[in-house]
Amino acid sequence: MKAVKTSPDVASTYADQVDGLYYYLIGVSVFFTIAICALIIYFSVRYRRQSDADRPAPTKDGKLLEILGSVIPFILVMIMFFWGAKLYFDARMPPKDAIEILVTGKQWMWKLQHPNGKREINDLHVPVGVPIKLTMTSEDVIHSFYLPDFRKKMDVVPGKYTQMWFKPEEEGAYNLFCAEYCGTEHSLMVGKLYVVGQEEYEKWLNTRWVDGAPMANVDTNDPVAAGEEIWDTNCAAACHTGKAGAIAPNIVDKFGTMRDLEGGEQILMDENYVRNSMQNPNEHIAKGYPAAMVSFKGTLNTTQMNQVIAYLKSRSTADSE
Amino acid sequence: MNDSAEQPTYNYLTAGDTVKSWLLTVDHKRIGVLYLIAMTCFFLVGGTAAGLFRLELATHNPDVLSNDTYNKLFTMHGIIMVFFFLIPAVPGVLGNFLVPLMIGAKDVAFPRLNLASWYIYMLGGSFTLLAVLLGGIDTGWTFYTPYSSVYADSNVILAGTGVFITGFSSILTGLNFIVTIHKMRAPGMTWMRLPLFIWAQYATSIINILGTPVIAITLLLVVFERAFGFGIFDPARGGDPVLYQHLFWFYSHPAVYIMILPGFGVVSEVLACCSRKRIYGYEFVAFSSLAIAAIGFFVWGHHMFTSSQSEYAALIFSVLTYLVGIPTAIKIFNWTATLYKGSIELSAPMIYTLGFIGLFLVGGLTGLFLATMAVNVHLHDTYFVVAHFHYVMVGGMMMAWLAGLHFWWPKMFGKMYNEFWARIGAVVIFFGFNFTFFPQFIAGYMGMPRRYHVYAPEYQPFQMLSTTGAFFMGIGLLICMVTLISSLFKKGYCGRNPFKATGLEWNQAASPPNTHNFTAPVVVDVEAYDYTDERIYQDA
Ligand SMILES: [Cu+2]
Ligand SMILES: [Cu+2]
Repeated sequence: MKAVKTSPDVASTYADQVDGLYYYLIGVSVFFTIAICALIIYFSVRYRRQSDADRPAPTKDGKLLEILGSVIPFILVMIMFFWGAKLYFDARMPPKDAIEILVTGKQWMWKLQHPNGKREINDLHVPVGVPIKLTMTSEDVIHSFYLPDFRKKMDVVPGKYTQMWFKPEEEGAYNLFCAEYCGTEHSLMVGKLYVVGQEEYEKWLNTRWVDGAPMANVDTNDPVAAGEEIWDTNCAAACHTGKAGAIAPNIVDKFGTMRDLEGGEQILMDENYVRNSMQNPNEHIAKGYPAAMVSFKGTLNTTQMNQVIAYLKSRSTADSE
Repeated sequence: MNDSAEQPTYNYLTAGDTVKSWLLTVDHKRIGVLYLIAMTCFFLVGGTAAGLFRLELATHNPDVLSNDTYNKLFTMHGIIMVFFFLIPAVPGVLGNFLVPLMIGAKDVAFPRLNLASWYIYMLGGSFTLLAVLLGGIDTGWTFYTPYSSVYADSNVILAGTGVFITGFSSILTGLNFIVTIHKMRAPGMTWMRLPLFIWAQYATSIINILGTPVIAITLLLVVFERAFGFGIFDPARGGDPVLYQHLFWFYSHPAVYIMILPGFGVVSEVLACCSRKRIYGYEFVAFSSLAIAAIGFFVWGHHMFTSSQSEYAALIFSVLTYLVGIPTAIKIFNWTATLYKGSIELSAPMIYTLGFIGLFLVGGLTGLFLATMAVNVHLHDTYFVVAHFHYVMVGGMMMAWLAGLHFWWPKMFGKMYNEFWARIGAVVIFFGFNFTFFPQFIAGYMGMPRRYHVYAPEYQPFQMLSTTGAFFMGIGLLICMVTLISSLFKKGYCGRNPFKATGLEWNQAASPPNTHNFTAPVVVDVEAYDYTDERIYQDA
């Protein structure tokens, strides 16, 4: 009979670090559970009503116990807090050299797209040893992208982009789950993460043709090229022309920079900002320009908005540090 | 125990035996019994749902249920247990019965409003049951948007309305208790002489009044979005689905304290009586309930560490969550210290109470795992959360409720149950519970998401253990119910104060009390839990 597994795989250094903190928590918990339960059992036997134990008249409550009882737990939990917060913030900052993969959740499947446009459903292939950044959104309800062997999870929310990153360090196949309840087939919204060697990934990524015919799951549209076309016909042609006196600012190479807004505020031009500007253009008005942009809500679908973002990213001159 | 005395022939139970005399009663004790009957029915419905899906989960493949039926069953289990059992059980039954008796009052401040609360509870319950009968609801008890407000194809409006209505029952009961505790204490019953049960009810009532309107409005917005297409949570109409989570947890985290604080009150009473000692650190235990009630309103974001809320908000929610843990930790130390040099009797209520301390301790400590941001990201929405929640709610609240029910049962009905079988029931429930929920911590750490109808085979051993444990827990509950109900048909009278406890309900009122609670004017001249007072050992 196969031995029963009682802990998840450790697929990255980060997973190992989280486990360290986890074992600290287990240590604290086991200590207090055993201590309190042992006291309860001991007192219940020693001071049972039939026993002749010495029971002096009730004394005043000791202040020392109350103080120790608050200070020691306080110190123990503050260690948990700082340790947990440190790892949490590490886990939120994707390295700049990460490969970016687009994730779209949809009842009840995961749609994944690689930088060159190659698509997969429920399976995700990534190269070993390279950080992977996931930019995620949902087409319908809230889902949650969960890689237990990496100890990472992030909700996938309709109407905005969320991010998550991980660095696979061990080749193999890992579970990929939807962790947020999303309806009838929630428990079937699962897949596999395949961590493969660098060369194998390159080969896999560039296999677009099988026996002279295009593979069904390959998007023949390169997202950057498709985004460029949308940009040129819709945005740059009339408004974001880059010419002096244009009605809108030239932002084609500004992705990743801070933009000045009317009223003195600044905003980071990131995925959520671009997407929101396409849908609700008058929410943030660029400094020095009229609120003249039309909404592309209903004109551009999620895929097309993703393509525009991919194009703007490819043109970005923002400091890559 | 005193079997020689006669049971008083005139009491609140015999004051009228028509159905009408029960359904139109304004006697707080009868209303408590009405809650007891209704709530037990809801508990059985919610428990049956759990039994069914536990059976399904024994193996990783679909066996007995379709995925839709599975989803509807866990939703029904959650909604019924949370809103119709955990929240109203202790306040509705024990609170109604005991608050006036413990403070020396004839009734609650607004008796008719009290009856109205019960009818509102029943109306809300009817809507929810109707939603179940008409095909069920499949959103989970959390009603997350936009699934609930746009995509779900089930009776969200009916069930949401049911929960909305029931909320008013909690609000009105809370209001009633607060006014009663402020205005109707007997002469000499100062705040610092109040039993800790009353302090706990008081703190709970405050949360009910402040928090419940928020969940009511939130569910109303979901219903409006669903029925009339308001764009509040649906991003396709300009709404924000994460806003819903903020509003929902703003109520639902404090609601955890609405469920558990009354249990704390019960535990303090039983512990003092069964160890013949004043609760160690009375003032601290009393005020920590209020502290928990207050801080508990500022930690809701710990349910949302992966939701895309700001990282800095998450930081604050995390640190505040640890802070709310400190008063809870000291409560546990104080209860344990109360046993020291006590005179301990392991009666059925005491076994439930000691079980409560152990299980609630595990529930609280695993809460620290979930407050720890990086660990939460891994454990969020897995079986670890399911196990943690059930350790707090079933291991904590349900054990405390059963402790209280066994403790005050003779006071409510004038009969003592078979002590041997009551203890057997308590022990079987304790072990069955651990058997059911402990394996879920491991399944969760291994990454098994909650609310999965089919799952990866590596989790099956843990789910199998869980299902087996649930069977034993069911047997324990059955033993407990049969023991209690069969006591009603016993001959013989339990006496006025079978446990030799302090408190007005034991020493100045008959068992069962008569309609006006006390026959003589009540004056309080002793501190709470004075077990040196000779009067409690006299027969009556
Ligand atoms: Cu899902
Ligand atoms: Cu909470």
